[in-house]
Amino acid sequence: MGNKTMTRTNMSPERLLDVDNVQVHFPLREGLVKAVDGVSYHVNKGEVLGIVGESGSGKSITARSIMRLLPKRALDAGGRVEMQLRSGEHFELSSYGRNSRAIRQVRGKHIGMIFQEPMTALSPVHTIGSQIMRTVQLHMGLSRAAARERAIDLLAKVQMPRPEQLVDAYPHQLSGGMRQRAMIALAISCDPALLIADEPTTALDVTTEAQILELLKQLQSELGMAIIFITHNFGVVADIADRVSVMYLGRIVETATVDDIFYAPKHPYTQALLRSIPRLGVDQGRRLPTIPGMVPDPFSVPPGCAFNPRCSHALAGLCDVQEPPEKRFGSQMSRCHIADQFAQEPVHA
Amino acid sequence: MLAFIGNRALLAIPTLIFISFISFVIIQLPPGDYVTAYAAQLRHAGEYISPLQEEMMRDQFGLNDPMIVQYWRWISDIVLRGDFGYSLEWNAPVSTLIWDRLMLTLAISSASLVLTWAIAIPVGVYSASRQYSFLDHLFTVFGFLGKGIPDFLLALILMWLAFAYLNMDVGGLFSPEYQNAPWSLAKLGNLLSHLWIPLVVLATGGAAGLIRVMRANMLDELGKPYVETAYAQGLSEARVVWTYPVRVALNPFISTVGWALPALFSGDVITAVVLNLPTTGPLLLQALKMQDMYLAGSFILILSVFTVVGTLISDILLAWFDPRIRNA
Repeated sequence: MGNKTMTRTNMSPERLLDVDNVQVHFPLREGLVKAVDGVSYHVNKGEVLGIVGESGSGKSITARSIMRLLPKRALDAGGRVEMQLRSGEHFELSSYGRNSRAIRQVRGKHIGMIFQEPMTALSPVHTIGSQIMRTVQLHMGLSRAAARERAIDLLAKVQMPRPEQLVDAYPHQLSGGMRQRAMIALAISCDPALLIADEPTTALDVTTEAQILELLKQLQSELGMAIIFITHNFGVVADIADRVSVMYLGRIVETATVDDIFYAPKHPYTQALLRSIPRLGVDQGRRLPTIPGMVPDPFSVPPGCAFNPRCSHALAGLCDVQEPPEKRFGSQMSRCHIADQFAQEPVHA
Repeated sequence: MLAFIGNRALLAIPTLIFISFISFVIIQLPPGDYVTAYAAQLRHAGEYISPLQEEMMRDQFGLNDPMIVQYWRWISDIVLRGDFGYSLEWNAPVSTLIWDRLMLTLAISSASLVLTWAIAIPVGVYSASRQYSFLDHLFTVFGFLGKGIPDFLLALILMWLAFAYLNMDVGGLFSPEYQNAPWSLAKLGNLLSHLWIPLVVLATGGAAGLIRVMRANMLDELGKPYVETAYAQGLSEARVVWTYPVRVALNPFISTVGWALPALFSGDVITAVVLNLPTTGPLLLQALKMQDMYLAGSFILILSVFTVVGTLISDILLAWFDPRIRNA
């Protein structure tokens, strides 16, 4: 964990968000679960960072710790989250309390969030317009009429059909894709610098998923906002992300540009995940490779590299004893003892 | 929406006819009739009434006619002339008997209903949003105590405390000296000093249960994703809680508010008897005991009208409150 000790007093100007060594623990009756165990990443202004991992890898919890929206029983066990806007405003998010005025100035205004379940993420008894208006009125100080105008504009911007009428629609009157559009309109209602999208297309069918991704890309270039895109789907990441971080058991195991992740992965977990994506016309009639074993139970994370029991490259006496350090190859980072080996002979997954 | 209301109102008519008939029959089901009960009461008091006199009374009241004739006589008077009949026991028109007590009953019951909600909703919301906090546990203990102690016992205890330690005159609505006095500030003060016991008794019993309901509803709602969405907009905790989950958690309350209407009318009979309150509850109890069928029947008819109207009001309110039902 070489560069953790370096204290950043100043973020470089292209940085928007710095997440440094964030730890989130859940004290449960069965023991302490380290759901997020020292996660660091950064997001540059206007960039899309994809975060990929299985369920339970801690990707959503890390995102919620940026917003200070952790579940009440979660223990904020350390780390730093900083944000810096184009205007030069600087926020040390990790120092804000869960319900502090300071974090409320950031939520919804500088950081918007889209959730996985468009069915339940909007209040069932309020019109989508009134939910958007409430946010707009809160952060932009608009009058009711102006806020309503803005809500209609936003709905038009997310390509909602008939925005003047649907502004008064209730969520249950809309389809899943339209609800997710309304959710996106809500999240971008105050032109945030950062949009956190937590599996925004997981609950949608593939056609709608493609439309929503297209919309997000378009909005991103239009508004110049950065996106943290959380998903378990590599295909989606390839479509939208500039850089990708892969998470396993509460840690980031590899971070790289989207090209490097797909064409030169330097962590066996990334490689195994990529191999298990079915492809048209390739290896027909053969069983799809899977990762052997199961994600270990969070109470007994294996010593050494957490992935070693399932890793085909694992070296006894090294991988099951010593935690792998972060190894850097240009902009690529891999937490693997033998990452150098992959660097010499790129694996084409 | 208008069609919905009209439809419901039309459906209410056969329901009411059915209820009125059934209740009239049930009141007459026990062996004997009003005259039997009256004769027994007289004998109890040491007086005597001959079987011949009994027969004459039955003839006079029309008790010998077939039940269906009696029912028709009663219901047609109500529908055609608004005449609820004559109470045999009180020897007075049923309507005056009931309306006399109705205002007071409605006043006490609606005051206690408002008090119940005023206690239950904020406490329930607090208990849910601060689950397992010290105050939540405290409210839970009081909730179960309130639920566990029968109303009439609480009424007795409060009466005793007020009488023995506060030197207050309890029971009834007025002290004897104000009973027949004209209305004045002093009389009003006297009324209020009597009224707090029934209000406290009725409100604690009701609130104890409703706190649990509200808390459970809120706990369900607070875990839903739309609450997290609301927090993610930067709204303060109080605004999030009161704007979103409370609004949804209130729906079960709204759907039962209609039942409060008949409950308001019948009041809490046992508590009213213990506290000697001249509300409608004890009157109904007495009418049933004496088989005073016109009085009892009219009571039950009014109760069922209130129930049907109350349910209609609930439906309309709920449709107005919850868009998912309105558009269904």
